[in-house]
Amino acid sequence: MALDKNGIAKRIAQEVKDGYFVNLGIGIPTLVANFVREDISVEFQSENGVLGMGPFPFEGEEDADLINAGKQTITTLDGASFFDSATSFSMIRGQHVDLTILGAMEVAENGDIANWKIPGKLVKGMGGAMDLVASAENIIVAMMHTNKRGESKLLKRCSLPLTGVGCVKKIVTNLAVLEVTETGFKLLERAPGVSVEDIQNATEGHLIVEGDIPLMKI
Amino acid sequence: MINKKVSGPKEALQGLKDGMTLMVGGFGLCGIPENAIQEMVEMGVSGLTCISNNAGVDDFGLGLLLDKKQIKTMISSYVGENAEFERQMLSGELEVILTPQGTLAEKCRAAQAGIPAFYTPAGYGTEVAEGKESREFNGKMYLMEEAYKADFAIVKAWKGDEAGNLIFKGTARNFNPCMAGAGKITVAEVEELVPAGTLDPNQIHTPGIFVQRIYQGEKFEKRIEQLTTRKRD
Repeated sequence: MALDKNGIAKRIAQEVKDGYFVNLGIGIPTLVANFVREDISVEFQSENGVLGMGPFPFEGEEDADLINAGKQTITTLDGASFFDSATSFSMIRGQHVDLTILGAMEVAENGDIANWKIPGKLVKGMGGAMDLVASAENIIVAMMHTNKRGESKLLKRCSLPLTGVGCVKKIVTNLAVLEVTETGFKLLERAPGVSVEDIQNATEGHLIVEGDIPLMKI
Repeated sequence: MINKKVSGPKEALQGLKDGMTLMVGGFGLCGIPENAIQEMVEMGVSGLTCISNNAGVDDFGLGLLLDKKQIKTMISSYVGENAEFERQMLSGELEVILTPQGTLAEKCRAAQAGIPAFYTPAGYGTEVAEGKESREFNGKMYLMEEAYKADFAIVKAWKGDEAGNLIFKGTARNFNPCMAGAGKITVAEVEELVPAGTLDPNQIHTPGIFVQRIYQGEKFEKRIEQLTTRKRD
């Protein structure tokens, strides 16, 4: 059975290692924080200027001066810090943040990503996404394998305006875990109950299948 | 001590004219100079170019200036929360220049620091790169981005003193310290204005040299855009 959004987040949480500073995008990536192992030390950065982000506040304890990049009210954990936007992007551009997890509309087999603009539809802006994808060493995309019309989001070439070029390293979808390699999408794991054929059918870009493909351990 | 204190937003914004370029601090509705924005609505200045990460919501923040059609050009990274903004953008009344958030912050900081341009990887290979110089450093491609030029920078802080020193609170800091000193005149709106000597110099976030005019705002609504809480177990 294909994963739901929480399932994708749960699988990505396994990529978060002890000592990592992590930036989470809006949507599925935000859910990842709920599934990170409790016996490791991880700090979440939000690009509006906080490191050491905690859970949402209890009702009545919200502070208008304390939000995340999605403009939601948050809390901080011990060891947290606040900083200005230029410093925040120094952490990102300077590769001090170890892992960036974000959503996408399309990913191409060469690692290009499109996630900010659909021509003809209202454009809201790229926010910090272009800075994040151009800078991070380690980018994981969290998304559904196909769009609402059932079309593949893993393509030979992106059709939408790009957010960044050749930057995505790993993709976790409702069907599979894939690595972006020089020759295409290498299939690493499949979701429970999902066959290699199912993944092949949902992938427009070049899919590399070598040997037996293990199931995700969730 | 050089005293920067003025009576309020009216005096602080003297010299602000139609067609000028402003930097306005804040991320969403967090850390915005609420009183100065209200004053600009009352002044009726128009044809403004606003450099601000977001454009407020329909009835608050920079949305108030958009509603009165006082803004000609908006330079932001994300503008999704405002219906009147969408209408003006789609009808072509409003020019919108979308800029990656880190680039926007650095273009302010560069202006503050007297650096005319810098290279960043953000936007390389995308439509943001159109018309810009690109260059390779250590095997990676970068875009040249120029510092902003602004007539006024309007920032909001938690505490300030008469010398113009500023302390911010929480994530209301955001773009404010990057914009302070990045315009020809920097106006600081603070929640609490204290005499010089009251704030510990060790704790100052923005030194007073970057601020020309400072006042205590009369009223702060501090609206929350996305109230998100959890239940107690």
